[in-house]
Amino acid sequence: MLRLFFALHAPDGFLSTPVAIATAAISFAVVGFALRQSGRELKDKQIPLAGIAAAFIFAAQMFNFPVAAGTTGHLLGGALAAILLGPATGALVVTIVVVVQSLLFADGGLSALGYNILNMAIVTAFGGYAVFLLARKLMPNNAGGIIGAAGLAAAASVVLSAMAFSVEWLFGATAPIDFDNVFTAMVGVHLLIGIGEGCITALAIGAVVASRPDLVHGIADLDREIVADRSPVPMRTFVIGGILASIVMATVVSQFAVDSPDGLETVAEETGFADQAEEHLLDSGVFADYAVSGVANESASLAIAGFSGTAIAMTVGYGLFFAVGERRRRKPAPA
Amino acid sequence: MAGAHQHLLLPGTSPIHRLAPEAKIVGAFLFAVGVSITPRTAVWAFALNAVVVALAMRITGYRVRQAVVRFAAVLPFVGFALFIPLIAGGDQTQVLGIGLSIEGLWASWNVIAKATLGTGASLVLAGSTPIPDVVRGLGRLRVPTVIVSIVAFMFRYLDLIVEEMARVRVAMTARGHDPRWLWQAKPIATSAGAMFVRSYERGERVHGAMLARGFTGTMPQMDHRAATLSDWLLSAAAGAISLSLATLALLT
Repeated sequence: MLRLFFALHAPDGFLSTPVAIATAAISFAVVGFALRQSGRELKDKQIPLAGIAAAFIFAAQMFNFPVAAGTTGHLLGGALAAILLGPATGALVVTIVVVVQSLLFADGGLSALGYNILNMAIVTAFGGYAVFLLARKLMPNNAGGIIGAAGLAAAASVVLSAMAFSVEWLFGATAPIDFDNVFTAMVGVHLLIGIGEGCITALAIGAVVASRPDLVHGIADLDREIVADRSPVPMRTFVIGGILASIVMATVVSQFAVDSPDGLETVAEETGFADQAEEHLLDSGVFADYAVSGVANESASLAIAGFSGTAIAMTVGYGLFFAVGERRRRKPAPA
Repeated sequence: MAGAHQHLLLPGTSPIHRLAPEAKIVGAFLFAVGVSITPRTAVWAFALNAVVVALAMRITGYRVRQAVVRFAAVLPFVGFALFIPLIAGGDQTQVLGIGLSIEGLWASWNVIAKATLGTGASLVLAGSTPIPDVVRGLGRLRVPTVIVSIVAFMFRYLDLIVEEMARVRVAMTARGHDPRWLWQAKPIATSAGAMFVRSYERGERVHGAMLARGFTGTMPQMDHRAATLSDWLLSAAAGAISLSLATLALLT
């Protein structure tokens, strides 16, 4: 099986020392903040809940889910933890998982903890939760809407994580591989993985909402009647939501893929590694097995990225529509 | 990923096993930091660090085969690193008729060497320290109580959840479940949700039982030997070696 998360759980020395130190400082500060913040989110009883969530994410990361024939990914869980426990506690829990994997299971380097925590815990939990809150405003205020928002949030969290890694690569590359290539490939691959993360998170949240809505921090503001309303989200909302999401994604992606490198490359030149950057390389061998490989020109890679953005939103939307719809069909017919 | 997170402990009583866990955590961490700041051209420094790792693994009781299997955890990254010379820019060299970037070869060596040595340090720690000791070690390193208790609860439930998931998976396979495509992922997700609720409700019962027995939020400290000066010196030695090698390499 190909391992798609090659840049997450990164080993020692994967990014340069200054980036390792800078990300460690950022992660340390944010985890400290999350710790104080989680004091508010965590009541006494919820420490076991946080522990179970950590164990659950830990275990879920061992199980691969299919992305396409022959390739698999596994859950990152940042968005799932944030929606269940709140963003601060969620970030804390995933941080703990990442640290323990590194300390005891040799998975991810000890000196790489700074960027691994930042990419896998902080960006996914806080970023994912922000998308969740935004998406809930778009979706109808019922169980279907919550499930849909959870799916979008989880999908976006994986893509955000890939973007964070690419930006770190820009500042701390240890190999002369072009930022554009890393970015396109990382985001392309993680769009695919994001679909899986989105579907699984949405369905898992759906299952928890169905039996114990009181356990979901992200819907603590809703009362039971709204949560119990499992009417399917109208197709129109999904189409509108999907189009909006893909516009947002396409805009963000294109910002990075076309416009920003002008600004970012200036920084790169100043920091002195841009002289190693080459023209777009034709055969991006690393990523050839995975996704958008060797995309020679920017508009093509942009088009692919935009298309993937649309595809992800549509697939998540369709998957959820299908899932919610099926559950409704299973209701026993009135006798 | 399946199988990558097995418990790595090698039961034993070697000098490394007997070191205090907090000292070992700090030592492994310093060693990894030292390795990762070593300039990649200092091949001799990596060689000496490799000797340190090999010695420590030998003392911990790793057999060659075991060590090789456990190092396989870093293989995906090594696989990535092997591609770097093919796609990187810069001056080219010809090997067997394939154009390889010299800069890319160095980058590839850098990732492989550092990942292998860092993994070695983690393997020594994981191989010589039982999980409850690591949790206690974290507590003694002044890691906040909330984090330590979340870690403790996590380990308490981890095996339970993993075994339950394995049973669910067997049951699903027995009923013809064989997901190859994304749209077949629904059973995995719904069973994951159901599993979460089940483990949480079990956790609630356990927590109730703990409260009934006088749980105040922290686990009582069982008798536990504090780290002695010699523990710290021995563990710090590993870190000191890699750090001083890095400094030497940076200066020369």
